[in-house]
Amino acid sequence: MNRLGPLDDPAPGGPDTEGPSGDDPVTMSPQGLGRRWASLTPLLVLAYALLCAVLIGGIVMLLTGANPLAAYGALVRGAVGSPARIAASLARSTPFIGASIAIAFAFKAGLFNIGVEGQLLIGALFAGWAGTWDWVGAMPAIIAISVVLVMGALGGALYGGFPGYLKAKTGAHEVIVTIMLNTIALRLLEWLVLSRDPVILLDTSSSVPHSRPIADVARLPFLPGGASTRLHWGLALGVVMCAAMWFIMQRTTTGFEIKTVGLNPSAATYAGMSVPGTWILVMAVSGAFAGLAGAAEVSGAVGFIQPGVFRNIGFDSIAIALLARANPWAVIPAAILWGSLLSGAPLMQLQADLSIDLVRIVQALILLFVAADLIVRRVFRIGDDDGEPRTALATGWGG
Amino acid sequence: MSESALKDQTPVLEVIDVTKRFPGVVANADVNMELHRGQIHCLLGENGAGKSTLMNVVFGLYQPTEGQIRVHGVPMRFDSSRDAIAAGIGMVHQHFQLIPVLTVAENVILGDELTRHGTLDLDAARTRINELSTSYGLSVDPDALVGDLSVGAQQRVELIKALYRDAEILILDEPTAVLTPREVDEFFAVIASLVGDGKSIIFITHKLREVLAVADQVTVLRRGRVVGSADPDTTTTAELAELMVGREVSFVVDKAPATPGDVVLAVDNLGVTDNRGVVTVARCSFDVRAGEIYGIAGVEGNGQRELVEALAGMRPATTGTITIADTDIRKTGPRQVERLGVGHVPEDRNKHGVVGALTITENLVLNSYNRKPFANGWIMNRGAMAEQACRLVDTYDVRTPGTEVPASTLSGGNQQKVVVARELSRDLKLLIVAQPTRGLDVGSIEFIHSQIVAKRDQGAAVVLVSAELDEILSVSDRIGVLYRGKILTSMPRREASRERLGILMAGGEDPGPPTGPEEQIQEIPA
Repeated sequence: MNRLGPLDDPAPGGPDTEGPSGDDPVTMSPQGLGRRWASLTPLLVLAYALLCAVLIGGIVMLLTGANPLAAYGALVRGAVGSPARIAASLARSTPFIGASIAIAFAFKAGLFNIGVEGQLLIGALFAGWAGTWDWVGAMPAIIAISVVLVMGALGGALYGGFPGYLKAKTGAHEVIVTIMLNTIALRLLEWLVLSRDPVILLDTSSSVPHSRPIADVARLPFLPGGASTRLHWGLALGVVMCAAMWFIMQRTTTGFEIKTVGLNPSAATYAGMSVPGTWILVMAVSGAFAGLAGAAEVSGAVGFIQPGVFRNIGFDSIAIALLARANPWAVIPAAILWGSLLSGAPLMQLQADLSIDLVRIVQALILLFVAADLIVRRVFRIGDDDGEPRTALATGWGG
Repeated sequence: MSESALKDQTPVLEVIDVTKRFPGVVANADVNMELHRGQIHCLLGENGAGKSTLMNVVFGLYQPTEGQIRVHGVPMRFDSSRDAIAAGIGMVHQHFQLIPVLTVAENVILGDELTRHGTLDLDAARTRINELSTSYGLSVDPDALVGDLSVGAQQRVELIKALYRDAEILILDEPTAVLTPREVDEFFAVIASLVGDGKSIIFITHKLREVLAVADQVTVLRRGRVVGSADPDTTTTAELAELMVGREVSFVVDKAPATPGDVVLAVDNLGVTDNRGVVTVARCSFDVRAGEIYGIAGVEGNGQRELVEALAGMRPATTGTITIADTDIRKTGPRQVERLGVGHVPEDRNKHGVVGALTITENLVLNSYNRKPFANGWIMNRGAMAEQACRLVDTYDVRTPGTEVPASTLSGGNQQKVVVARELSRDLKLLIVAQPTRGLDVGSIEFIHSQIVAKRDQGAAVVLVSAELDEILSVSDRIGVLYRGKILTSMPRREASRERLGILMAGGEDPGPPTGPEEQIQEIPA
């Protein structure tokens, strides 16, 4: 601020000034610091969003008569209090990674794939079904696992590609279509797994209704020390999916097409790209990511299909992808944050006698503050430097 | 000296040593200017010279890094445009800030609503709007929906919006860029009545003729600095252009006679429909040969857009044939047409030409990203892309802080240079250019015209579609008039005159070639 120099009236630019000058990185900080500041601001916004969410969540807890400090303490202990707790949190986060990648990938093409929920279920269904095939059980583990995972990806790809095809050929909006398909997937899964007349996939020997377990050779192994918490290699598979998305978007011609179609379909057409073709491809690949996430859960964590176990993973992943701003690497921490909150919640309920739903409120608040980051930027006066130009800064380039 | 006379001598607005820096960019450096009561001060400069940034500083949208703004001699600090409006400054942006689904009156009061017993008092607003529109000749119906109004009428609404807030100083950012010649005349009449009433006006433009017509004072900006001021009574367009661009500007396109070769583009009995299914091109036939520029003149809306899109493979032909380099392109798409060696500078640069959020590097490979050297199979070669970007930015003089910035941060003229660089840097058999210089300043126009001519001299056939007669006359070797979707008459350039084309464009009887000496184009309209 001291660089304003020649302005002779005292610069009323102190922290008590009203007005939107906090949006401007140049007035926010001296020139040199501005650059480094700028590279940190997205994280800063996230940190402040978390802070706001925790504070307001605390107020809600106070209103319900609980002690927020005790509650948050329990939540944190529940999430990361011991190695076993950490493993449990990671296990809880695992399916979110792949499912969020599915959402983020579709975002890049300007598509809102609400259908990840259904695609994940169909992926789980295909995987759980393939795992019961006799010939798969007779294969070496590496092949059996591959078959199960590929079947899961295939199921998701078909179930995601279908709305993509409808959009390309008829203009049917993917949001409407996939919402419908989610319900269909859920009911289909329930019927296939629970039906007793005829018995289709149901394990009639079990008292808890679920499908016949998949062959042991088709089970994704647990990570070292992860057996008790069911932390399996699906976590690594999630990281591989992040890397795959990053690679496609950054390094391949397909990624360039996806980006262009998402940003400006008219220009994509002008440049000779096929906009409908890209939509179908992206929806199918997005569905495949979701299907893989579902298949990995069946093969790694559960070993069979149990309706209800995978509920809401797809919907939560929309929030996680938003939190990560569709950045494939940011999906990993966002998913782990989300999964850890869910994983720590039961201890909070136990020790602080609070409803588990309070964690949902905190999650919603985090999302609110991240999505409405302008609130955070205003309140904490952070510059806008996330690469989305709001004004044509270079129109006055001075050489 | 009486106090009121003294007051009149104080400029209503002073910009003193204003510098505005953005990270990595100096948009304005030590800019000084004064605006006196009842005067029109023209701010002249090329695209990207810093005119808009300076005015955004004056209007409180940006805060100056150094320097200050004085209004009636009083130093001001505007934290937002609200402060500037309170100080009596009004701004009409180049892109109108209106809400199409609201009425004129609702738009005018937006942000400054009058209320009575907690409800909107639209009647009072309506009365006020009617007063303003009669006293300044700003005819507009307060109850009309803004979306239904013509561009000229929308501009009047913007002016009323500013006057409604008691603006004494009006900043008009390229107000004439969007107007038809007739609307421009009406607009100047309005300006005259505003000035007559004691308002002061800053008029941003890069159209030299307008400057000479209306300005009391001229300040020229180049690369963010004031490079001179001129007295409009004594200066000429050539002098102003030289100040603006920094070198002598040639208004006459320098080119050798064409040496036409084989037919590259043959259009025969073409019919095309627009998005609503209306036939806009019908029974359209013409040929273009290698090494010649074929100009298509016509009043806008006579099928130019659909014709160009059909030629580029973006829109199917309903009847007839299009043959490019002996290949029938009716059943192909834009990619196959491009592979035949066709470059296309589209009319709407924001819709088709550039992807604003992609970087300049990426925009430069928009239609060659999947070919060597930019891709090896599925994998893109970032190095080759960066190398090309550096080379083209340099060759085509794209003014940018770097090649990795989003194209949306560039000014319109520089975005157009990116498109021209991408389309003209390939080996071409056919070049299709639509409205290539719309909204550009004289320096950029001269550059783009010379590039088109250079492409012709390398042996490409060129189709130039333009609504500007001067552009058609100064660049083309042969000219066809498009009227109601059909090429009426094709003629060599020497048989064309402004009058003859004008009559043909309006659907009149062909008066035949002009008899006098060839008409010289004195100025390229900006």
